[in-house]
Amino acid sequence: MVREMEKTTMEKGDYKNSAVLFLCISVFALLVRVAVSLHPYSGAGNPPKYGDFEAQRHWMEITLGLPPQEWYRNSTINDLSYWGLDYPPLTAYQSYVHGLLLRYFHPDSVSLYSSRGHESYLGKLLMRWTVLLSDALIFFPAVLCFVTAYYSGQQGTHKNNIAWHTTIILLSPCLILIDHGHFQYNCISLGLTVGAIAAIISGKELVGSSLFCLALNHKQMSAYFAPAFFGHLFGKCLRRRNPYIEVLKLGLVVLGTFAVVWWPYLHSLNSFLEVLSRLAPFERGIYEDYVANFWCTTSIMIKWKRLFTTQSLKLLSLSATLFTCLPSVVQQIRYPSSHGFLYSLLNSAFSFYMFSFQVHEKSILLPLLPASLLALEEPSIFQWLIQFALLSMFPLLCRDKLVIPYAALYGIFILLYNAPGWKQDARERSSTSTAKSLLVAVITMISVLLHVIYLTISPPRRYPFLFEAIIMLLCFSQFIAVAVYTNKKQWMLSKQHSAPMAKEKHL
Amino acid sequence: MPTKPPTTSTSKNIKDLIFITLLAFFFKILLIPSYHSTDFEVHRHWLALTHSLPLSHWYLDETSPWTLDYPPFFAHFEHFLSFFANLVDPIIVDLHKGLNFDGPSVIVFQRLSVIVSESVLIYGVYLLGRKCGFRERVLMWVLVVWSPGLVIVDHVHFQYNGFLLGILLVSLAALEDRNDLLGGFVFAVLLCFKHLFAVAAPVYFVYLLRHYCRGGVFKGFGRLVMMGTVVAAVFVVAYGPFVYYGQIQQVFSRMFPFGRGLCHAYWAPNFWVFYIILDKVLSVLLVKMGFDIKAPTASFTGGLVGDSSPFAVLPTVTPLATLILVLLAMSPCLYKAWKNPQPRMITRWVAYAYFCGFLFGWHVHEKASLHFVIPLAIVAVQSMDDAKHYYLMSIVSSYSLFPLLYEAQEYPLKVLLLTLHVILMWYGFSSQLSKTVVSNTSAQRKKKDDNYDLKKNSGTNPRKFTLNWIEKSYLSGLLLVEVWSQFLHPAFLGIRLPFLPLMMISIYCAFGMMYSWMWQLHWIVKSH
Repeated sequence: MVREMEKTTMEKGDYKNSAVLFLCISVFALLVRVAVSLHPYSGAGNPPKYGDFEAQRHWMEITLGLPPQEWYRNSTINDLSYWGLDYPPLTAYQSYVHGLLLRYFHPDSVSLYSSRGHESYLGKLLMRWTVLLSDALIFFPAVLCFVTAYYSGQQGTHKNNIAWHTTIILLSPCLILIDHGHFQYNCISLGLTVGAIAAIISGKELVGSSLFCLALNHKQMSAYFAPAFFGHLFGKCLRRRNPYIEVLKLGLVVLGTFAVVWWPYLHSLNSFLEVLSRLAPFERGIYEDYVANFWCTTSIMIKWKRLFTTQSLKLLSLSATLFTCLPSVVQQIRYPSSHGFLYSLLNSAFSFYMFSFQVHEKSILLPLLPASLLALEEPSIFQWLIQFALLSMFPLLCRDKLVIPYAALYGIFILLYNAPGWKQDARERSSTSTAKSLLVAVITMISVLLHVIYLTISPPRRYPFLFEAIIMLLCFSQFIAVAVYTNKKQWMLSKQHSAPMAKEKHL
Repeated sequence: MPTKPPTTSTSKNIKDLIFITLLAFFFKILLIPSYHSTDFEVHRHWLALTHSLPLSHWYLDETSPWTLDYPPFFAHFEHFLSFFANLVDPIIVDLHKGLNFDGPSVIVFQRLSVIVSESVLIYGVYLLGRKCGFRERVLMWVLVVWSPGLVIVDHVHFQYNGFLLGILLVSLAALEDRNDLLGGFVFAVLLCFKHLFAVAAPVYFVYLLRHYCRGGVFKGFGRLVMMGTVVAAVFVVAYGPFVYYGQIQQVFSRMFPFGRGLCHAYWAPNFWVFYIILDKVLSVLLVKMGFDIKAPTASFTGGLVGDSSPFAVLPTVTPLATLILVLLAMSPCLYKAWKNPQPRMITRWVAYAYFCGFLFGWHVHEKASLHFVIPLAIVAVQSMDDAKHYYLMSIVSSYSLFPLLYEAQEYPLKVLLLTLHVILMWYGFSSQLSKTVVSNTSAQRKKKDDNYDLKKNSGTNPRKFTLNWIEKSYLSGLLLVEVWSQFLHPAFLGIRLPFLPLMMISIYCAFGMMYSWMWQLHWIVKSH
């Protein structure tokens, strides 16, 4: 009934109404973020090292108190072993700007050295507001740009479906929990990435690549998407009249963006390498805690850390990562399309999550982003992925005392996913067989059970991390299944697209 | 019974309602760690009090300054909750060790108790929405479940208004269904939960007398006796035990504390704000003109002490005067209820009665605005004029609740809640109601549908949801007041004149409230 009603609205073409609808979604998404930010952050009241909250605050303190050349350099004031800056310069600049805000309202919270481990009502609030502000100013507009760019190319997508898609991207529970609960600024790098995708989809490749370079310079983890960007842009360039010039243009934009961001560190090779060495924390080992990736999961049987040196592990992980993302890159070079680009982003992010060096539970946010952009095509895959991404972060969020927002956001997500009146046609398409739905039900049951067990039962003394390991195993198996499916799907696309593409070539 | 509107609710539409409700439910869960007022400890103490002491000591105990001052049913409600509280954490219900206890267990338990008990409210809206068309029903549902005032007062500030208003809505639904006996019974129960709801008692009395107790002398008298018995039975169950213990005096002295002033510390945006301001202006003028005016010694927020008046020029306001004024303001509505008691008007009348109580009552708290905002949400979907009125009134009353959450942490929360409410109303009223009105007017031509009386409203264009320039500029002014009181005042004046921002909010909102009152009065007088 809602759909019928909406159809008549559509016919009238009232642009104003849909603007109000998107405003409504954005305000709701913001409201949920504000409500999550009331909860504790990682490492709250937990000296001496606290958590990510303290790391970000410490960076504000450092960037405010020291000149840029000193930010990445170990000194008596800037003790790099205490949350030393290990993100690229854009994060440092962002910390500086946010630090200015904090200093204006609450100077004690970012005073050099004396503010270590600073925790106060106002301090927490201002920190939270900086994340909210970044989210509202970068991630939200980027998502709205993406939605308009993506659907302006496809006629006939129902307005309700677009609204549903926007809601699902903006209310992805994992991102909200990590940014506004745990405390990080993923919204900035992910927002810049979404902006880049939107720009590339709407044909502004130069803007897109510049934005993606900014994302890379905010968090080096954005490199998870780099192969896909490379493949898609390269493939597009090859199809132009002057491929060399196109590639040259892109290269110049990339170099230019990097040069601007790295300007303070380009005066000597030494300072450049100093920063660079901070960005690659190889000493932290190939995996951390219980992340559901290949190395960590297989380490139950194969003790990678004992069998290989760090040096050979680096090589091994690099080659495994590149090898697994190669198919999706090749597909994009041969048949670049907006649709395939999104799949390629997802696949290359998955390859990095599974096989790259030093992956954290939170890195699942990166594959989740393109998955959310594909949510309308692959609703059930996306829902499945979100479920296990949440589960894989559950132990981490439990430590942060974020069980209540975890449960609430889980609920909100399930509700929005099944929202009445939206996405009907997409859901009907993916009708499944009984065997498959039985499997889904069983796995879902296991995952629910795991939540309950993790919360209520203490593990046997011999295996204190037994439940973490089980959660990891389950999540890993699901992630692998999804990754195999999406890779296959991307290659299937090329078959569909090969016909029109061939025509285009002919022209 | 009114015939069914063209669009009826089906199981699929129930899905929408469940969706909205659960979304609000999860959102309210997220608010668990937000700021809570001393009311939180009040209710925690009542849990302990009712759990640890026998009935005969409930109204005598003075372990905490937060003595029990709600009617007996509410105490029983707390007693019921205390069993679960005891299971969750025994410290919660410990009379002495639990004092000022605010560990995670009690916070989660009490917050959840508010959220769960709010299901009564949802049941009430469910009952009231059965006769409505689907779109109106969804809209009404959103207005109630996502009401920013309710979220601010119940889920952040901490109170059980959702539960109590739910009982009121159940009673109104019974009256709209012409089930007067049930309606009267539920209202009597409500009064034994919270006596502040008694403001609407005159409307209930007149309405039930004229609507229920009719049909000849004998039948009417029989019904009067019937209703009287039911209501009396409720009161006997509630207060009987205390009469038996000989504590009825004590119970009433707790429920009606003397020595409270005309206004609350933060003036509710009502008529008395103008009275106070007028007094100040007059005294300043008269002093300038050379008259000898003594500055008042008492304050209007404090109690009545001796003969001193809080007013310099104007006569002192006594509780009796406010009572008379409330009844006077209510009288047109009582007259209408006497002349032509119609079930479809009762929600509007009851809301109007609460509105009068809010505007002219003694020691009115700003939270009392919920008593009419929620019932008026039911009325708002009936016509475009009602929608316009509700739009303005609910913004003003929600905004007037802002000072309740004075801490910085909740600032974005309350602003965004109100913004979302405004957007939802705008979207709902302009896109959904306009179509319904069109479809209903066409349906009306075919069959007389007494559920919608659109033709009576002489609005300019009943189909379009627009505000006139006065309303628009008033609402923009609200934004200016907020910007001044939150940002410009501290920037320019610092800590000087600390009362000014709150006073501005009160005065400005009082204008909107007076406008809303006159609009409702006009509507009620004109209706037939």
